[in-house]
Amino acid sequence: MAQVKFTPNLKRFFPDLCECAIDAATVAEIVAAVDDRWRGLADYIIDEQGALRKHVNIFVGDELLRDKQTLSDRVSADTKIFIVQALSGG
Amino acid sequence: MRNKLLVGTRKGLLIMNRDGGDWEVESAHFEAIPVVYAFRDRRADTIWVSLDHGHWGGKLHRSRDLGATWEEVEAPKYPEGDAVPPDFSVPAKTNYIWLIEPGGADEPNRLYVGTDPGGLFLSDDGGDSFQLVDTLWHHPSNMHWFGAGRDHPGTVAIQVDPRDSRHLTIGISVGGVYVSRDGGESWEARNRGLYADYLPDPLHEHGHDPHIILASPSNPDVLWQQNHCGIFRSENGGMQWRDISDKNGGPAGFGFALAIDDQDERVAWVAPAVSAEYRVPVDRALVISRTEDGGETWQDLRAGLPQENCYDLVFRHALDKTGDTLAFGTTAGNFYVSDDRGDHWRCLTHNLAVVYSVRFM
Repeated sequence: MAQVKFTPNLKRFFPDLCECAIDAATVAEIVAAVDDRWRGLADYIIDEQGALRKHVNIFVGDELLRDKQTLSDRVSADTKIFIVQALSGG
Repeated sequence: MRNKLLVGTRKGLLIMNRDGGDWEVESAHFEAIPVVYAFRDRRADTIWVSLDHGHWGGKLHRSRDLGATWEEVEAPKYPEGDAVPPDFSVPAKTNYIWLIEPGGADEPNRLYVGTDPGGLFLSDDGGDSFQLVDTLWHHPSNMHWFGAGRDHPGTVAIQVDPRDSRHLTIGISVGGVYVSRDGGESWEARNRGLYADYLPDPLHEHGHDPHIILASPSNPDVLWQQNHCGIFRSENGGMQWRDISDKNGGPAGFGFALAIDDQDERVAWVAPAVSAEYRVPVDRALVISRTEDGGETWQDLRAGLPQENCYDLVFRHALDKTGDTLAFGTTAGNFYVSDDRGDHWRCLTHNLAVVYSVRFM
């Protein structure tokens, strides 16, 4: 199962958020799965059209997510996913 | 000791002076236009200004008569077909001109310009025209660059070694530190010792976030860096960095601005905020932190600065120093000066717009 980590900053809004393992084929499925566990979390990551929010980054392994519109990037059993905020300034 | 200041704000440029008395505004320029950066190139006695029109794009202006008259210079342009890292899906264009830096004393017509989306440009004709430094823009590590604060990466720091003009140190936010020893023909990343807590591997070779990098004037091998993840110092030109954030519970850690002493490579000043996630002054009190021992210890300088209900931040180019005088402007439009190396501060005005840039001229 893919290992999913979050920026600690999201714990401000989801205090019990923690690293988890998700069985999924795409990043979009991972976002749906974590939203099942932490209701409302997906709204922090994607917009109402399903696109990655402008100031959120998702790393798939060491690489940034490629498909920011539908999050169709494939994941495998040993993929590590890191969901972070982009570094917004000032 | 310099007795004039260039203050770039969201609503224009101020030239301040202190002929005999305290600092006063001498003149205002580019009113209602955001002035990102302004500095005086003393080699050619030219003031350079970067404007962020928003609607009309980033522009460059210069004055050869200390602000009496201005002329617009064609802003740097990316070559047709170039695209923005890391995914190269967006056409590259000059969105924002972060800073302008002079070349070395032995190359009087050279200027460097750092831009969003990450390109470094140079001019060899005194700024009449600029060319993209392709070797850095196309560096094989550029798939690790990305935006921070703005949508795209930015070249936010440019240091030319006063002993060797071909030795350049560049900071890309987010991308990291790059050094050239051959005038920009080739580059290598210099991020060892930095960490990036927003990456899957915080010790990755690339993808670091220097908010600003300055070399010590008295020993340019000593580099200082206010980074997204702390304050770092290198004694060997960036070959190895060391985290010098305050380990004793003081505020020096996250921040943007940095100033280095002219004479002593161990002395520097920073303007701390809480953290990347909480961009407010620590305990809602404004503080400048100073180290006099290369970052082993930090002193918090608060005399004359507001210590309650304060939300002022100091942006990366908004703190400067000349002699024993320091000056900084804040995001809340306050402007402070110290004539004793930060021990005591006084507020010159509370009423400016957001301050982007402060440079003694």
